[in-house]
Amino acid sequence: MNKAAELTEEQRDGGTVIRLSGNLAIACLHDLPARLDGVQGPVDAIDLSQVDHIDTIGAWTVHSAAKRLDAKIIGADGDAQRLVEAVGALDEPMAVRPDKVSPFTRVVGQIGDAVISAGTTLVGLLGFFGASLVAAWGLIRHPSRFRVNAVVQRFEVVGVSALGIIGLMSFLIGIVIAQQGSVQLRQFGMEMLTINLVGRLTFRELGVLMTAIMVAGRSGSAFAAQLGTMKLTEEIDAMRTIGVSPMEALVMPRTLAVVVMMPLLGFYASIVAVIGGGFLCAVALDIPPITFVQRLREVVPITDLWVGLIKAPVFGIIIALSGCYQGMQVKANAEEVGLRTTAAVVQAIFLVIVIDAFFAVFFTWIGWN
Amino acid sequence: MQQAEERRVDDAIAQDEVAIRVRGLRNSFGDQVVHEKLDLDVRKGEILGVVGGSGTGKSVLMRSIIGLQMPDAGDVCVFGESMVGRLDDEALAVRKRWGVLFQGGALFSTLTVAENVEVPIREYYPNIGPQLRDEIAAYKIRMTGLPAEAGPKYPAELSGGMRKRAGLARALALDPDLLFLDEPTAGLDPIGAAAFDDQTRKLQQTLGLTVFLITHDLDTLYSICDRVAVLADKKVIAVGTIEELLALDHPWIQEYFNGPRGRAATAAVEREKNKAASTSPEGRR
Repeated sequence: MNKAAELTEEQRDGGTVIRLSGNLAIACLHDLPARLDGVQGPVDAIDLSQVDHIDTIGAWTVHSAAKRLDAKIIGADGDAQRLVEAVGALDEPMAVRPDKVSPFTRVVGQIGDAVISAGTTLVGLLGFFGASLVAAWGLIRHPSRFRVNAVVQRFEVVGVSALGIIGLMSFLIGIVIAQQGSVQLRQFGMEMLTINLVGRLTFRELGVLMTAIMVAGRSGSAFAAQLGTMKLTEEIDAMRTIGVSPMEALVMPRTLAVVVMMPLLGFYASIVAVIGGGFLCAVALDIPPITFVQRLREVVPITDLWVGLIKAPVFGIIIALSGCYQGMQVKANAEEVGLRTTAAVVQAIFLVIVIDAFFAVFFTWIGWN
Repeated sequence: MQQAEERRVDDAIAQDEVAIRVRGLRNSFGDQVVHEKLDLDVRKGEILGVVGGSGTGKSVLMRSIIGLQMPDAGDVCVFGESMVGRLDDEALAVRKRWGVLFQGGALFSTLTVAENVEVPIREYYPNIGPQLRDEIAAYKIRMTGLPAEAGPKYPAELSGGMRKRAGLARALALDPDLLFLDEPTAGLDPIGAAAFDDQTRKLQQTLGLTVFLITHDLDTLYSICDRVAVLADKKVIAVGTIEELLALDHPWIQEYFNGPRGRAATAAVEREKNKAASTSPEGRR
């Protein structure tokens, strides 16, 4: 049964005959296909009478050799005959991969696609922002349609459950800022300025910015995946047919939850980061916590807090809308849910940083330095 | 009583006529027991249909036979080799002798249809050169009834029926002796389903396959299955031809085959038979 396939050439009645023997199944073929390819014609016939066992792969090998050498197939028993005929009937060239395009065309095409998709995303996002404003206005006019439970539930998911990870992250960031700052400032003998650095940087920028990045990663991605899956399972279509607006039922609670939670989380993150900075100052720079707090009150103007708190809800809107927008764009298959989720997070973080730059210019312009 | 008798008959069949022998299988998820003391024999060269209500563990049974689900107890022998929890060379050799078609086709989405079919060949037989491999993929794909244009396409570009055929082509890549089909006609339109059944039958005859077929499709049962195994009450309550099953007095079986859908399928098979007999004497293959 498991005898390796063998090939012998012999002269018979003035012509060449290739005799195959042994087991012509895929497991026993070994180098037989290559050896058959190496046979140069003319060959009159391929003799299968010594073959014990054959499968379609063996039959195909025999068939293609017979076709190439223009040889007859003789001595085939019932099985072999049937299989060779079966695969012979299926002989038709087939491409394995799509046709290759030239690298230049491909690169140009990709750039074009990227530009178009960036443009349509921007327009789509603006349109979605408009639609959500309309939905919000509808809710203001008919407050009874407002889904309190859904919003409160989102508060927990977006806000309360994020406290642990955001706190840890902020604490560590506070430590890193203080540590890196003190190393540089020590060169000027100005280690006390570390407190200015920690206080102003966290309240103005890092507290809210890092929170926005974390929320985009936690909640923006979750929104995209949830809505995308609902879109796939036709839940959103079902909602529409029942007369429930997905904008009101799904997008509004999520957006509102993030908009409300972002300032709270941002403030919390800033405070924890300051505590982290104070901890490092106490441990490594011998600045007692009392001094740290007192100095903080002297050097951090209250406007720094306002800067952070004003930015936070705007970041929240961006995160919620890009998550929901990308989720609603899912159409075809499960793979798209993954792609859209990635897009939602990347887009949200990118837009948050762009808007943050605008805010920085704006606040400098109005004199909140 | 009846079960004991069946068991004796089953055991009397020589081991070498049996492709799959399941004995005393027990599967559970948490507290929920899916199978308890389940016995089943699949004979070589037959198409065995496996039926049962939703949640009776048809797919779990298949997964325990092919080693994707570790049973709590019991033994699964495939071609005389005990398969439970084995990863050695002999078990691997048996694994090469089966092909599996999952419900959705389970094609690798980053590869084209032809490349999908080539995966098992590339994995197990690196001695097969790239050109021959492409040729093998091509005839396997055509063998399942797909057009040659399907080869370079990606799974996402195919319809549900085509995806199943592509999955079947991959399952057949290594010329298996044993083929597992999990609801092959679910989600296909009646014409597509009938064509798929026809293809399965033809392949089974040409390649001498043993087929383990999970289905809800009564037409499939009537038209291509040699025997049918019924899963209920955590075990296989009966195995036999449909006529034999109809003679049994089990409420679920009676309801299954004598419900409105069952009767319609019976009538359809009768019509087919009459037509084939009347039109041409060569109608029978």
